[in-house]
Amino acid sequence: MTVTVTADNRTAGAWRGFAGTGWREHVDVRDFIQANYTPYEGDASFLTGPTERTRTVWEKVSSLFPEERRRGVLAVDTATPSTITSHAPGYIDRDRELIVGLQTDAPLKRAIMPNGGLRMVENGLRAYGYEPDPFVTRVFGSYRKTHNDGVFDAYTPEMRAARKAGVITGLPDAYGRGRIIGDYRRVALYGTDRLIEAKKAERAMLDACASSVNVIRDREELAEQTRALQELTRMAATYGCDVSRPAATAHEAVQWLYLGYLAAVKEQNGAAMSLGRTSTFLDVYLQRDLADGLLDERGAQELIDDFVIKLRIVRFLRTPEYDALFSGDPTWVTESIGGIGADGRPLVTRTSFRFLQTLYNLGPAPEPNLTVLWSPRLPAGFKEFCARVSIDTSAVQYESDELMRPRTGDDTAIACCVSAMQVGRQMQFFGARVNLAKALLYAINGGRDEVTGEQVAPCAPPLTGEYLDYEELSAAYGHVLDWLARTYVNALNVIHYMHDKYAYERIEMALHDYPVHRFMACGIAGLSVAADSLSAVRYARVRVIRDATGLAVDFRTEGDFPAYGNNDDRADAIAVDLVESFMAKVRQYPTYREAEHTQSVLTITSNVVYGKHTGNTPDGRRAGQPFAPGANPMNGRDRHGVAASALSVAKLPYEHAGDGISLTTTITPEGLGHNPAERAGNLVGILDAYTAAGGFHMNVNVLDRATLEDAMEHPENYPDLTIRVSGYAVNFVRLTREQQLDVISRTFHGSL
Amino acid sequence: MSTGPRGRIHSWDLSTGVDGPGTRFVLFVSGCPLRCLYCANPDTWHMRDGRETTVDAVLAEIEKYRAFITTAGGGVTITGGEPLLQSAFTGEILRRCKEAGLHTALDTSGFLGARATDELLSHTDLVLLDIKSFDVRAYRGLTGGELAPTLNFATRLDRLGVPMWIRYVLVPGWTDDAKSIDGLARFVAGLDSVDRVDVLPFHKLGAAKYEALGVPFRLKDNPVPTAELTERVREQFRAHGLSAY
Repeated sequence: MTVTVTADNRTAGAWRGFAGTGWREHVDVRDFIQANYTPYEGDASFLTGPTERTRTVWEKVSSLFPEERRRGVLAVDTATPSTITSHAPGYIDRDRELIVGLQTDAPLKRAIMPNGGLRMVENGLRAYGYEPDPFVTRVFGSYRKTHNDGVFDAYTPEMRAARKAGVITGLPDAYGRGRIIGDYRRVALYGTDRLIEAKKAERAMLDACASSVNVIRDREELAEQTRALQELTRMAATYGCDVSRPAATAHEAVQWLYLGYLAAVKEQNGAAMSLGRTSTFLDVYLQRDLADGLLDERGAQELIDDFVIKLRIVRFLRTPEYDALFSGDPTWVTESIGGIGADGRPLVTRTSFRFLQTLYNLGPAPEPNLTVLWSPRLPAGFKEFCARVSIDTSAVQYESDELMRPRTGDDTAIACCVSAMQVGRQMQFFGARVNLAKALLYAINGGRDEVTGEQVAPCAPPLTGEYLDYEELSAAYGHVLDWLARTYVNALNVIHYMHDKYAYERIEMALHDYPVHRFMACGIAGLSVAADSLSAVRYARVRVIRDATGLAVDFRTEGDFPAYGNNDDRADAIAVDLVESFMAKVRQYPTYREAEHTQSVLTITSNVVYGKHTGNTPDGRRAGQPFAPGANPMNGRDRHGVAASALSVAKLPYEHAGDGISLTTTITPEGLGHNPAERAGNLVGILDAYTAAGGFHMNVNVLDRATLEDAMEHPENYPDLTIRVSGYAVNFVRLTREQQLDVISRTFHGSL
Repeated sequence: MSTGPRGRIHSWDLSTGVDGPGTRFVLFVSGCPLRCLYCANPDTWHMRDGRETTVDAVLAEIEKYRAFITTAGGGVTITGGEPLLQSAFTGEILRRCKEAGLHTALDTSGFLGARATDELLSHTDLVLLDIKSFDVRAYRGLTGGELAPTLNFATRLDRLGVPMWIRYVLVPGWTDDAKSIDGLARFVAGLDSVDRVDVLPFHKLGAAKYEALGVPFRLKDNPVPTAELTERVREQFRAHGLSAY
């Protein structure tokens, strides 16, 4: 539905020169972009380097990074549970900053957000040498229940056991679920007064409805959303910004948009706090000011550079275990760039280039997570620049605009790594993932866990043959996956019910339409291990080695078998079938708030941890050995190079993995060509070909083994060595040694 | 039933930017008449070690990548081993690839250039010609073969107008002699159909293969070229107006 908003005289000036009508009547940022943006089909030659001011501000804040890295966190405000308005204004360099606003009153000082769970906060504090504040402990321990408390009140013993064993894992039951993208552009285009008016109108439409549980909840949420917008207005005022009115200049547009985002990261410690699709929106304002002579290219780039500095220093207090799971300290400030509009015009503007240019002006960094929505139809100059930036920084990921546009439209943004959503109209309930490899071992062991021997899945007859039989194993696996899907969806329903109740994303949801479309984002890990294991049983002979209790603890494979990742249909079809059949099972179970079921084939970086907790598998993988990330072939088993493995991954059906399918490739520079122009051209060719083949996502790491090995030994020399790991870029030197070794052992696709 | 000549292959791979333009399907055929001291693929020396296959089977595998390599601006490269050792097999694959609209490249030492018929070359879009040394004695010492057939082949390719990329493996102490390189550069500069020269720094990544095969790797302790040396050699080619990488 849409709600009419009316213009007043404050908007007239702010909207000077803008075209189009629909977006004036209703909150509709996409319509505004379509009516006003200027596609740019040229090359990168117009871009400018960092100004002295930018350098000074960036050096000032980045000089704090070594100390932060050494201590884990630089500082924490232990006594103030964070809200939109809880902290006084903070600055890096008040006189020089163009875009202002920090999560707390000082850069890199972290806030506590106990609504998600008190224990997470307390463990986070203690891990870094801080004592929990007694008042906070009393309030959230005695008077104010948290999301985490709620979830554990409603979990069943079965859910707890599955969670403890790690067959369902990474669940957002003790921390913020994240992956909700507020349409922060609305703050700039409309100002909060208009948005509050629209929210009140949405709520008024419920007045006539009977007060059912659903209607009551919606009314309360809309009231909270309104309140959050009011708090945003107050918070912005402490920085001297009147966001109650629309932004009138490019500078204000960047600032307003950022303040909207800042409100979200003051209130929520979500696993992924993504930004959306802002560059082409902001370009409309930058173009107007450039045309009016209010700004030159240097000034335009400076605004984007300063904005990106802010996005790079978003921090949350988390525990070391959390950081181990997610590799480093990620915030997933994902910004989606490029793509093609429904009318066929590329959504590439000069500001699309300016965002990527920050990787040169400020140096490579994992955040914001710059994501290019790729299409073979993108302008050649932009494609070439993307490839060049990728090769120089390894800090860009690519997602197929061709797959997303038909499903979620041309105002789609990525949350986290690969989760596509229409900005401001769709949201998701983040559901982490199940461990398909462990589930396969449960099928062999009658539901007992291969590590602990405990009965986790329902008791079933274990497979007792000396050799595994494919038909028998498939049938048993099907039963385990039925149970797993049911337990999983039901656990997610519990989690999201409680998250809405105790840690509702007020400001992010205030920047969505009502009613919103919800996805239940399930996920699978260990796809290549499970597929190769099944392939081994089917095409080779797998002998089972059992311990004294009859538990299958190891396997001996006799003969060769085709492995997933070599563009060999025999193995790839098994992986495709796993994706389709698990999705079908998931769809059988009703979801909380009628969310649409989706799933991802994505393990972020947690493939190391999942592997650690999974025993020997029939594909020959040893207990504890990491899984391949995302939908990647198992490390070292893809023997025919990047194109073959990419084509295997491209076979996985997006319609049954609508939350994204992740592929990480590592290429040495020499593996792309002999000179920079050739390398960029060849990378463009690979991305075009992968997209045309139906591939969804590709991380592109361009580096060599020697660089990584040297970085392990001398981390101090590589403070900003960024590599992409399954949908996310991380600082290599922040990884654990184990993760570093895993990254190095991954296939280098350079043809040596 | 498969038709056409059968051949023996070592493996196939997809690579980018190293075996001709774009992303390519690279077929490694088995068997080579030379025994280059620096060879990185000693496992392709003997035809008998290869796997027997048919042209149809190879084309079926290539077909799985046709859309990909075409979009990615690539094609098919036949390398080895020495593809001209099995010239009928190689020629038929080139013909069928050409027929399928694919860009074709032949990676050869040129030692068996006489076996390449004009028809085979008419189905070849690019020859990656490895000239291992420009000094007759050094060539013999390095490869066990003669230099003259390669130079004759280069001249013939030039006459036929078949585009060439010259490949020159730089091995300190063996192929870094400035005078010899200068001579080669002068010769190559006289060939109109040469598009570029790739100077490939010697590496020892094949050492493990020698160990596995129980064959001594005589350049095991030979140094690899420094970046400076590599650049010097490239400059030598550039001094003759060639594009060198």
